[in-house]
This record gives sequence, C-alpha cells and structure tokens, in this order.
Amino acid sequence: MTQLQTTPSATVGPYWAIGLTWEDGPHVVAPDAPGAVWIRGRIYDGAGKALGVGLVETWQADPDGRFDHPDDPRGSSAWPGFRGFGRSSMANGGEFAICTLKPGRVPDGEGGLQAPHLDVSIFSQGLLDRVVTRIYFADEAEANAEDVVLHGMPEDRRATLVATPAQDGYRFDIHLQGDRETVFFAV
Amino acid sequence: MTGTTSGSHLDLPRYARTDPALRTPVGFPEYRSTGLRAPLRTPVDLPHRLTEVTGPLLGADRVRPEDADLTRRAGGEAVGQRIVVHGRVLDSGGRPVQHTLVEIWQANAAGRYRHVVDNWPAPLDPHFDGLGRVMTDDQGRYEFTTIRPGAYPWRNHDNAWRPAHIHFSLFGRAFTQRLVTQMYFPDDPLFFQDPILNAIPEAARPLAICRYDYERTVPEWALAFRWDIVLRGPEQTPFETEDDGDVA
Ligand SMILES: [Fe+2]
Repeated sequence: MTQLQTTPSATVGPYWAIGLTWEDGPHVVAPDAPGAVWIRGRIYDGAGKALGVGLVETWQADPDGRFDHPDDPRGSSAWPGFRGFGRSSMANGGEFAICTLKPGRVPDGEGGLQAPHLDVSIFSQGLLDRVVTRIYFADEAEANAEDVVLHGMPEDRRATLVATPAQDGYRFDIHLQGDRETVFFAV
Repeated sequence: MTGTTSGSHLDLPRYARTDPALRTPVGFPEYRSTGLRAPLRTPVDLPHRLTEVTGPLLGADRVRPEDADLTRRAGGEAVGQRIVVHGRVLDSGGRPVQHTLVEIWQANAAGRYRHVVDNWPAPLDPHFDGLGRVMTDDQGRYEFTTIRPGAYPWRNHDNAWRPAHIHFSLFGRAFTQRLVTQMYFPDDPLFFQDPILNAIPEAARPLAICRYDYERTVPEWALAFRWDIVLRGPEQTPFETEDDGDVA
C-alpha cells in the first residue's frame, strides 16, 4: 500500500482572521438553545501575558455522547441544531468564547466511559503547529475519576484540564508555558 | 456489529502518526515569537478514541461558487499575475479526501493583507480581499483562481521578508487530520532567510512548495501551479494487509 509523506504544518500567522473568521463560529449551538453554556477563557504565554489574538477550535459529542459522524460505529446521531464544532477568534480583547451544550459520556473503547470532554486545538502566531488539549468539567468529579485519560495524571497536571463553573457556563484558561503549563496532547 | 453499550469493544480507525523527524516543531528559536508560546513540556500521548477519529464534516453550505475565484471581488478585477492553484487532497494511504472544506487566505500582488494590523506601505487592492473557500470533489480535487501573492516584510530579524505564500486550512474527516499550513512557490530567492519555512525539517520542506504546471496553464489567461496536500491516513491494520488488493 502507498504511504505518502504528510504535508507539514505552518503557523496561522498574524492574518488568519481573513480566512478563518466565521460569524457563527462560536455557536456549537444557538445561544438561546435550552441548556446552552458559554465556555470562556484566555491563553497565557510564558511571561504570564494573555494573548491578544488566537484561534481556538473545539470538537465534542452531543449531550447523548454521540458524534454526528459516519465513523462512530454506534451509528451517527444528530442532535437538532448541534454542530459539534466551535471556532472562536478571541475578538473580545483576548477572551475566547464557545457556546455549547455539555457533552455526554463517550465510550473509551476499553469497556469504560470517558468523562464529558471537548477536544481543543489552539492556533496562533508563534505556534508552528496547533497545540491540542482537552476541556473537562469540575462538576463531573465522579466521571472524571473514572476517565481513562485523566487517570494516573498527577493532581496538579490534571487540574489544568478542568473547566470551573462560571456565571454563564465555565471558565477554562490555557497556559502555554510555566508552572501551570496546561497538559497538551500528541494526537 | 457494535452496540451502544459502554462495555462493547469499539472498532475504530487509527490515524498514522507522522515521524517526528518529518513534522514541523511547534517552536523554532529563529522564529522568535515561538519563544514564549511553544509549550516546553513533552506532550502526553493521546490514543485515538471516538473524539479523535471523528471531526466536523461541514462546509458545503458555507461555500459559494464565486468563493473559488479571488480575482473578481467588489465588482472588478484584482491587479497582478492571474494564477490557477489546484491539486488533490489525499490521505497518507493515497486515498482522496472527498468533500472536505479548504479555506485559504493570502496577501495581494503587492504583498499586503486586507487586515487591520497589516499597515506596511504597500497598496491595498479594492478588488482583492484574499479569501477563498472550496470543497474538494469526489476525487479530492480542489481549484482556486487567484493572484500570485507578493512577498512582505516582517520584524522577526533584520531585513526579514516572508517568501510569497498562500495560507491553507483543512479539516479532513477526523480531529486528528486537522491541518493549517502555507504553500510556497518554486525557487523563491527568499527561502534561505525564512524561519517559518526552515522550521520544517529539510526532508519535508519540498512538500510545502507547489510546482509550476504548464499543462494546466490556460492560454492567454492564467499560469497554473499544482499542490497536492497529504493528511494523515488511517493506520493499516493487519486485516488490511492480507486483503489490500482494492487499496491503491
Ligand atoms: Fe502570510
């Protein structure tokens, strides 16, 4: 079988907003959808300074823990008005914001269930490839304790992956470097 | 074959990981703004589970036919060398990535972006906004008509200039396949001093450069350049090895 070499990544650079701005980008669901929550946060660099711009993308299951995708072997399922994908350009002075529904638990393929989570890609000038993390939820302690990815992670590292309840949803700050560097994943 | 119960084994594709020696590192010292941004700890391996092998399959309703032609915006023709940029989106197994969204953005012929923070003294073009979108067809093909972008200066090092390039963004069909990159033109004299191109390991660098395509050059209209894009493909399973007669 052919094995082609993959195309290498490059930074989005400073002008990505020309190509990657979607007016409805942050709306995984419409803000007036029942159960909609906002996940908001900032991205901090190694000097503790919040990035003014950057692009945050999220991908997640629906509240039943299903993906609208043919490779979900349980059969794809569509939650009405739910896109699964969010894209925030941090236009509000360096804060990203994604309006979504909290996902359900998803099988881990090893007989258990993962805790509710979002996969996250971060793109910015000064990053030559995306960096990937996950958002979990502080009010899912029981599910988090059983999660195959969080399992065995030192408590202080694990805490970097957990969004905390906030006024209209959750808060999730990302630290690219430093003592509180977020756990990033190689996918 | 598998049910919805949490106990069942899930039969999922797994995406091949690119050899680190052929991947662009997140940080590269000569590209200075990576210094405080590129994470310093080794990333944690994330095995591919449902969230990673699925991904957004969207875009068809976001793309209009005129989005493939960047040379006619705001009721007039853009200035510069008209070019066709085309190619195929494949996975590393050689299979076409069908019906996936390709988003591009670029500077105009003078090297200026239509963006508030780009204010170097080169002219804007009222008929060029630098944004293109298409969906690949069932062979994974894409095609844009645009203007050859100019080089532009930046402040990374003394007399720093970016070689001409077009920015590309692709989703593929899985979270693992997401790619944002830049396409360069052959034989650009600015390559030697560009840390964004040179951050790519030398063995992978040619894959970021398109080739001139005389066959697709349109007489008395446009030069053509071809650039194929390869996303990570599903890993070959032992089962496929025994039975791969139908895989190209
Ligand atoms: Fe650029």
